[in-house]
Amino acid sequence: MMMLWNRRLQFRHGVHPPDHKELTAEVPIRRLPYPDEVVLPLRQHTGKPARVTVKPGDHVERGDVVAEPDGWVSVPIHASATGTVESVDPWPHPDGSWSPAVRIAVERYSAQAARARLVPEWQTLSPAELIAAIRDAGVVGLGGAAFPTHVKLSPPKEQPIDTVLINGCECEPYLTTDHRTMVEYPERVQLGLRIMMRALGVKRAVIGVEKNKPDAIAAIRATVPADVDVTVEALTVKYPQGAEKMLITSLLGREVPSGKLPMHVGVVVQNVASAATIAEVFDTGLPLVERIVTVTGRGVRRPSNLIVPVGTKIRDLVAACGGFTEDAREVIFGGPMMGLAQANLDTPVLKGTSGVVVLGEAEIKPRRSYPCIRCGHCLAACPVFLNPQLLGQLAMKGRYQDMEAHHLADCMLCGCCGYTCPSNIPLPQLFALAKSAARRVKAPA
Amino acid sequence: MKTPELLITASPHLAAGDSTPKIMWHVVGSLVPVIAVSSWFFGISALLVVGAALAGALVTERACGQGGTLADGSAAITGILLGLTLPAGLPLWMAFLGGAFAIGVGKIMFGGLGQNIFNPALLGRAFLQAAFPAALTTFPAMGGPWWQFRGDNFALPFLSPHAPDTVTAATALGRMKFEHAGTPLWDLVLGSTPGSLGETSGLVILLCGGYLALRNYLNWRVPAGIFATVAVLAAALHAIDAKYPDATFMLFSGGLMLGAMYMATDLVTTPVTNAGCWIFGASVGLLVVVIRVWGGLNEGVMYAILLMNALVPYLNQWTEPRVFGLKPSRGRA
Repeated sequence: MMMLWNRRLQFRHGVHPPDHKELTAEVPIRRLPYPDEVVLPLRQHTGKPARVTVKPGDHVERGDVVAEPDGWVSVPIHASATGTVESVDPWPHPDGSWSPAVRIAVERYSAQAARARLVPEWQTLSPAELIAAIRDAGVVGLGGAAFPTHVKLSPPKEQPIDTVLINGCECEPYLTTDHRTMVEYPERVQLGLRIMMRALGVKRAVIGVEKNKPDAIAAIRATVPADVDVTVEALTVKYPQGAEKMLITSLLGREVPSGKLPMHVGVVVQNVASAATIAEVFDTGLPLVERIVTVTGRGVRRPSNLIVPVGTKIRDLVAACGGFTEDAREVIFGGPMMGLAQANLDTPVLKGTSGVVVLGEAEIKPRRSYPCIRCGHCLAACPVFLNPQLLGQLAMKGRYQDMEAHHLADCMLCGCCGYTCPSNIPLPQLFALAKSAARRVKAPA
Repeated sequence: MKTPELLITASPHLAAGDSTPKIMWHVVGSLVPVIAVSSWFFGISALLVVGAALAGALVTERACGQGGTLADGSAAITGILLGLTLPAGLPLWMAFLGGAFAIGVGKIMFGGLGQNIFNPALLGRAFLQAAFPAALTTFPAMGGPWWQFRGDNFALPFLSPHAPDTVTAATALGRMKFEHAGTPLWDLVLGSTPGSLGETSGLVILLCGGYLALRNYLNWRVPAGIFATVAVLAAALHAIDAKYPDATFMLFSGGLMLGAMYMATDLVTTPVTNAGCWIFGASVGLLVVVIRVWGGLNEGVMYAILLMNALVPYLNQWTEPRVFGLKPSRGRA
């Protein structure tokens, strides 16, 4: 556990945005009363959307399957509340589109107890059975990308995994979901980690937490089991420390090759909230039907950490936090560095929604852009060492193919370049556009 | 519950504290002490010449720019920097014309802020040097009352200026080159030697530029590269043959300080990569020494920087950073 020499655990480049975590870092997680309606989009995870298995009028109980996985990179979706299916129609999705979703009118006087189910003893299950159980529970990465967890736990045989990394960085400003999870449920994180290590057949794990969460580090350190090789490392506070590739560099000194995945350097990275969810699956048998969400920013009256059913609408979340303040201007799903601004307050929380940040007028960044003055700040910020200045100029001219020659594919849209740009050029937006254009060219519809 | 009028913007939704106008106005502010020192040595003429160049730059930006671009501060920098490269006795209309040329041809013709290849202030200075070689190399001597004009500042356009009472003097570099006479180091450092307005007082320029470097408004690698190269080359030449000036003379004479701290660090016309900035700085330093020692001119900072400005796109290309997760690749076109 002690570091032999004073190695600074970090990656190169990155930025230091003010974290504003003080709004909710000390606020205990609180459970909300059930809302009147929950909305479960079929597209909540990376991969193929789930296939709906219920029809309007069906009665569902909390934890019942409402949509089944479609293919390997897909997970089922479970009813997050007992009630009646109202419709399966397009509904506002956090990505800005209208996307098919199961709407459930929540039963007023239900106890919301899940159907009794068998809870398998995880020590007795084989790795394959563990992975199948995790998949059946609909578990995805809760850090934001919502990649199906069972896929990460099933690397091909030619890619041996030697280390599991648990990502407790939470480097996005404002969010304290992972922080509170580590402080309040450290045993669940440890149990989830053990189950994953068993599923992968891995002996070694490292939990990385940014130094600005000393209480979380202490809580996690205090619960490390004596019989497994799990270390907890305090990491330099820097954005994007929690990006998979950056975290692997910081903790293990390994560099994931361009275009490859963490498994290609023998690593699986999972978020602390995902680990805690896996623990709950094997603790109660309840699938992923609720999650912890930070609702924060100067735009809400009472910033809070909440446990809510998946599918709770923004409207209900904000109401539970005292409502909007007078100067609330922008509602963001996820953190402010990579999150998506929302246009509709009926948009539901997804499995991968780690926070809802409501920015006040004073927190909104200046909207005026200036021409690029080639200051080079973006190059000094880019954690994957791209030349955002050049990429931005190419993007504005629509030269998307030239951008690929300059490694656009390696951009992970972390937002460091846009954050640091003194001319306020929307570089990440330009890159996202270029990436989608490149996808259209490669796979004509 | 009151529903706000929702704003939709792309991520990131936060921004660092620096903005382009803020950087530009900081540069302008950091030049104020330099102007003040210049005015200490050259009196009211210093303010007049800088003011005329500034006016030429601002009027042209206002008249030909895209509108609203005065507020970004970039034209003001160009005007002031150009003024600081001129001698105190220059007729004001020439300074005004230089400012107009710097902005009109040096910047707006390329497409405005961020588009120009060459440092506009130096382009203006090069234009004046070509158009009025005699006026640009007539340097008044130091001293005299503050309100005394150091030349025919108010000469009418296209009439030959007459300089009845002013005493002219050779610059330190001129004396070195053509008379092989040295200048005391402290005169150079403090700036009490004849020369252009901003050629004086390397110390103040060093401090003001250092402030910008601390704020990360200029890439310190450029001046570091210039100083290191000039110092090493000058020391080597001096060791071989003592007729060549030593390193401190080379560093503190002429426009090297102003050029290294303010001209060669212009964000727009210098490389974006750190490695590129090192190469850029070292090359400027090399060219300065070559021009000063073996060239026909006694000062080479202006042409050294303008020459290297032209190579910046190549420097950017050659030094494009190695992408995370890729093996280093060399010579990619």
